Amino acid sequence: MFELLRDARMVLGKDLLIERSSRVVTAQVVPFAVMILILFGFGISPDLRILDSTATVAPSVLSRVTPGLLFLAVLFASLLAIGRSFGVEANDGTLDGLRMAGLDPAGIFLGKAGAVVVQLLGVSAVVTSGAFLFFSVRIEWSVARAVLGVTTAGAAITAIAAAGTLYSALAAGQRERESLVPLLVIPVLAPVLLGASQATEAALFGAVADGWPWVAALAAFAALYVGAGILSFETLLEDM
Amino acid sequence: MSSIARKLAGPSSSRGTRILGALALVSTVLLLLLGLIWSPREVDQADAVRLMYVHVPSAVVGLYFAFGVTLVGSIVYLRKQSDFWDLMAHAGAEIGVLFCAFVLVTGALWGRPTWGVYWEWDPRITSTTVTLVLYLGYLAVRRMDLDPVVRSRRAAILGIISFANLLIVKQSVEWWRGLHQGSTVGIDTQMDGLMFFTLAWGVLTFTLIFAWLLMHRFRLAWYEHQAAAVSLDDAIAARRGEHRSSLAGEAI
Repeated sequence: MFELLRDARMVLGKDLLIERSSRVVTAQVVPFAVMILILFGFGISPDLRILDSTATVAPSVLSRVTPGLLFLAVLFASLLAIGRSFGVEANDGTLDGLRMAGLDPAGIFLGKAGAVVVQLLGVSAVVTSGAFLFFSVRIEWSVARAVLGVTTAGAAITAIAAAGTLYSALAAGQRERESLVPLLVIPVLAPVLLGASQATEAALFGAVADGWPWVAALAAFAALYVGAGILSFETLLEDM
Repeated sequence: MSSIARKLAGPSSSRGTRILGALALVSTVLLLLLGLIWSPREVDQADAVRLMYVHVPSAVVGLYFAFGVTLVGSIVYLRKQSDFWDLMAHAGAEIGVLFCAFVLVTGALWGRPTWGVYWEWDPRITSTTVTLVLYLGYLAVRRMDLDPVVRSRRAAILGIISFANLLIVKQSVEWWRGLHQGSTVGIDTQMDGLMFFTLAWGVLTFTLIFAWLLMHRFRLAWYEHQAAAVSLDDAIAARRGEHRSSLAGEAI
């Protein structure tokens, strides 16, 4: 168990070091995610308002659908981060090096997924700030709401990273992987988008208690894919 | 077709499939008579209820039987590396996708007169659509240009995960929202006796059609597998043999 975590930490550190020198997530994935948010503003007019007799200023449709748009932007951005997770191993025989390093395959999976989690947490922090800014989201702040929102993001991103890393490995070594990975990952992550949107909806506008069952479902999904990745990665790595 | 491929490929039909095909055909004719003529109209849905006799059976057979075959085939392949089960898993997924698309089309046709729209954001419609895309992804993996053993192993892992995902997607959208008619078939069923019988007959008919299609598709996949297993050297030798015999024929 200790060796597994040590191997995972080494792979995670390596992938983050590559990101630190290449700055692909910072310079490409984050601007891409922000651009998606702006495009949502073009697609759904910011002037479109919800009829609400109780509110002094009628909220815009954009602000009310923020939870869904937020995770859609994270989901699309995650496709780039996931693709890059094994893309960095495609050249110069680095994958062979990784396999010959004697690391536990489950540790490699956990390390790769962990690096995607760290990168996506950064992306989601920028995207959330952008959504509040661009969509003029107004909420009543409380600690309970903040805790629910942060936990939802953590559980959803872990689920996206675990499932994404597994499917990225499944499509490794393919010329068509750029189109194959989204085809495989997006339907699989439909329940994550659903759960994350519902929990964030509760955190921003609804009753906080309504959000926790969705967080539990997200955590179960993440646990399932972490388990599936740990069990199957040895077979997948052999075939890469 | 080269002679070597001709030697390997046989008919996908056999005495067993011909009997099964005949049974499926007779059963389909009886289902049409039961569904369109003999069973009564429903009070609320009128004649639209008749779509249920093909919609529900294709959903049961496609989503659970066909994708169930893919699940079992994938598990057994990973344990025993049996080509039989690998090809069975592939055949099950292809037929499952076909049935899944049929479920969506018949559901939309039923939805128009019943709900007034072809599409509703209903759990079962949404989850069936996502399931269809999931298995299209599985079929895309089966077409990957990889070593056959590697491809089969990856497809088997995906076949197992996809079935688990089918259940998750179904459950998540059930929690999300519900409009679709609840389960109407059970011990305390309120259905008319003949309507219930027609529905059960529909399940039997679609099971026969599924079994018939599965056997044909499996055999076709088996022949493809056999042809792919022939080495290039064997194929060249066979081609040279054909050439020599044609030259000998011309000399005579």
